[in-house]
Amino acid sequence: MASKKFLYINRKPPHGTIYAQESLEVVLIGAAFEQDVSLAFVDDGVYQLLRDQDTSAIGSKNFAPTFGALGDYDVSKIYVERESLELRGLTKDDLMPLTYEDEDDDWAEKDSIRVVGSEELAEILEQQDVLLNF
Amino acid sequence: MPVLHIINKSPYERNSLDTCLRLARDGAAILLIEDGIYAARKNATDAEKMNSALEKHKIFALEPDLQARGIDAKDTIDGISLVDYDGFVELATEYDKLQSWL
Amino acid sequence: MKFGILVNEGPYTHQASDTAYHFSAAALRAGHEIVRVFFYHDGVNNGTRLSVPPQDDRNVSERWSELAKQHDVELILCVAASQRRGLLDADEAKRAGKDTDNMAEGFQISGLGQLIDAGIQADRFVVFGD
Repeated sequence: MASKKFLYINRKPPHGTIYAQESLEVVLIGAAFEQDVSLAFVDDGVYQLLRDQDTSAIGSKNFAPTFGALGDYDVSKIYVERESLELRGLTKDDLMPLTYEDEDDDWAEKDSIRVVGSEELAEILEQQDVLLNF
Repeated sequence: MPVLHIINKSPYERNSLDTCLRLARDGAAILLIEDGIYAARKNATDAEKMNSALEKHKIFALEPDLQARGIDAKDTIDGISLVDYDGFVELATEYDKLQSWL
Repeated sequence: MKFGILVNEGPYTHQASDTAYHFSAAALRAGHEIVRVFFYHDGVNNGTRLSVPPQDDRNVSERWSELAKQHDVELILCVAASQRRGLLDADEAKRAGKDTDNMAEGFQISGLGQLIDAGIQADRFVVFGD
């Protein structure tokens, strides 16, 4: 069977609920299945990618650094909705620098995060086979 | 490849409906279920938003959820079609994929 | 058509499990196939054997068990989510040194791979959650 396009849509912020953390766990386990995986961060989901998260005072495991491993798991398409960032007064510079090594370009290190407008993201959504929301 | 968008929360509780409308392309359909059915009420102040949406999308509401919440079919926005669970399954087969806005 | 179902919430607190159940029953009535129902996050709590709801209300866990039995539907609880929330079958309980297990009939514990596999096998994938 040809690989399917899986899009994971994240709309919830981290730590207040477990959805962000447990959905990332699905992405990592799912990577072994060699499907065409993309992630989208929309609305408060963009907060999952904010730099400098430190959970020591709330006493829970900080899973944010795990986003850094996505490149190694062949997940290089991380879409962040521009409108969601702007509404929250954020820019790409506020987010963790997530990269992957492009095997088609001599393993050059490239940005995984692509900030896209709503229209482009709507188009991306329509091209998928499986839409996962948590 | 048209999408069936599913909304399960009231527009006053969550911004799921707004986000859906921003990211739904023409030809996509919207199904209101659970607390999402409140968006189908005729007299809600954002009925205007739903009327605009109806120009671009077929909109459905799950009737069992309306009944549970005491909302009569006649109090729903004209143009919104009511379906039962069998109808929900039919819609799921008719559209290419489902997007549950959680 | 083949359906894959994901249930993200537990019984009673959210309507998700109810809606998923009614959708699944309707799909089976219409002659469709359900590849599997995968339970994640608090959805694993649908697999408890120990729920004692009031007599005049539905028994969410039992209803899923019945559906599984009647139609041979696979009900899978994610192992990691189950361990976190204390849903254990006999093997898991023994392995973890716990004094009991609490899994309802018809439910099985398995890995997240089963969720991805359902997405791959199914013609339509439906998510029920909060």
